[in-house]
Amino acid sequence: MCHDNLPLLEVDNLSVSFRMYDKAFEQRDLKVIQDLTITVNKGEILAVAGSSGSGKSLLAHAVLGLLPQNATVGGRIFYKGRPLDVENQRKLRGSEIALIPQSVTYLDPLMQVGKQARGADKSPKRLRRQREVFQRLNLTRQTEKLYPFQLSGGMARRVLFSTAIITDAELVIADEPTPGMHLDQALEALSILRELADKGKGIILITHDIDLALQFADKIAVFYAGTTVEELPVADFAKGPGALRHPYSKALWHALPQNDFMPIEGFQPYAGDLPEGCLFAPRCPLKTSECEAENPPMRKLRGGKVRCVHAS
Amino acid sequence: MKRKRLINISKAIGKYLFRVLTLLLATSVVAFVLASLSPIDPVQQYVMGAGAVSMEQREAISEYWGLNAPPTERYLNWLSAILRGDMGVSILYRQPVAYIIADRFINTFALMMTSWILSGIIGFTLGCIMGIWRGKWVDSIIKRVCLVLCSVPTFWLGLVFLLIFSVWLGWFPIGFSSPIGIADSDVSIWQRLYHLALPALTLSFISFANVAMHTRQKLVDVLESDYVLFARARGEDTWTIMKRHGFRNTLLPAITLQFASFAELFGGSVLAENVFSYPGLGSAVSAAGLNSDVPLLLGITLFSALFVFSGNFIANIIYGVVDPRIGEERPHGQAIGD
Repeated sequence: MCHDNLPLLEVDNLSVSFRMYDKAFEQRDLKVIQDLTITVNKGEILAVAGSSGSGKSLLAHAVLGLLPQNATVGGRIFYKGRPLDVENQRKLRGSEIALIPQSVTYLDPLMQVGKQARGADKSPKRLRRQREVFQRLNLTRQTEKLYPFQLSGGMARRVLFSTAIITDAELVIADEPTPGMHLDQALEALSILRELADKGKGIILITHDIDLALQFADKIAVFYAGTTVEELPVADFAKGPGALRHPYSKALWHALPQNDFMPIEGFQPYAGDLPEGCLFAPRCPLKTSECEAENPPMRKLRGGKVRCVHAS
Repeated sequence: MKRKRLINISKAIGKYLFRVLTLLLATSVVAFVLASLSPIDPVQQYVMGAGAVSMEQREAISEYWGLNAPPTERYLNWLSAILRGDMGVSILYRQPVAYIIADRFINTFALMMTSWILSGIIGFTLGCIMGIWRGKWVDSIIKRVCLVLCSVPTFWLGLVFLLIFSVWLGWFPIGFSSPIGIADSDVSIWQRLYHLALPALTLSFISFANVAMHTRQKLVDVLESDYVLFARARGEDTWTIMKRHGFRNTLLPAITLQFASFAELFGGSVLAENVFSYPGLGSAVSAAGLNSDVPLLLGITLFSALFVFSGNFIANIIYGVVDPRIGEERPHGQAIGD
């Protein structure tokens, strides 16, 4: 059933909303992700960029089926061409789909980290693999016996990172794996992800660090207010604003310190307070009345995809 | 390093020693003041059964017990005696207080430990069941039972148990720690356990609800933590998560709570022992109070304060040993950080 031409992971118009209680007993649905579309192919690193609150981590949790009970998920997710339903998520997570979580709180405070890195698998093979990976990540043999509170921030990150590398997962979702690591450690970690991709695995790299992403990723998906505004080959981002498709991506490019360091006016709308039509329209220089009618669909453009009626 | 550690430990021991001494002193002062304010006249209680006793005789008894001295002097007399290791003689039982405590503590200890272990095991198990199926019907039923049990007074529950199990069903004896009419040396261990069962059950019913509710809350926190979310992301099922993370993170606070519950256990045993006429420290202390038997009252008060203090002390120690985060020093010879 394995078709090589099928994408490894396809997220199609994903939406996530949370049932919330406002005042007293007023219940309402808070939509935090809508029309989110990404594709990850085998052998590819997809970097997911966007500001805080743009729904990056929620995407990871939605793919793994880890959202809290008050969450409602819409849209479709396919893994190797098959719908990723609750049943499949349960079967695949940990074995075929691995998560690299983003903070030390994801480690059990009362368990030695070596044991945590190995997970529930107690085989000698797992132990060997864990030691290899620790060594590769420059974690000493003694680190195994330490408890999370005894680790520095960078060590904890590397332990979290190791948990996914130890498995033979086909798809690794790395949720901001590098902050807190030294630059050379971060580079090492990302080159491990690159090697995995080169062996045919798929990687989603959720990151704030666009610089690093540019060095290692194949594609970038730009998130804004819980939706994807653009998916583009990494080379286009390096080429500059001329090669970019969506006005938000261009604004992002201009805002980077190594470029113009020029922020754009306004701020990302909060979930529950989203504008009608295109979510970026209120801040967009290209805005026309057409933009306010509906959130434009994702369309193919110059080897990438964009969600904008004006992009060319 | 070794030497520093030794100094730290002796400092800690010194601190605890100071605390326990001040605690005992304060407890004895409060108990003494309360006993001297009591309207009960020990002489009257003493002579009540003896028929006509003249005023001169009463005066002589009072003088003999030293009741005519002012309270401060009486307290200081008692204090200086106890510092020499003499706890005095009980007015009520006319035996040395130390002897009574030693004799009765065995009964109370058996009672408290049985109910302590029972309530710990039942409470933790129920708490885990509620935590795992939180929000489901099992949870809400057990939770309600626990809330009811939390609010039920010990003596009332004891009376109900007596009524049901001893009077109606006839499964257990009505009271005492051994059968009536048998010499103490002839009582078998089984007869003792048989008499112990109902009071122990009553006592454990009072405290397991508390343990269960605390365990439930802690387990819910653990199961909703990031590390359990991550464990699920790695494909662990509920049982594996419980084994790897749930019990480990829940057991510690449960054990600590259990040791810290000695005070409630002691309080409960006073009531349970009275309801079941069980000859332990609890029934002795209420008898001492009702008869203004000050030496016995103070003796038992001090002893129970020491007992509760040890419980809390053990809880502190266990926390330090089991939770790696509380140890003062980092493991030996390890490079921390990078």
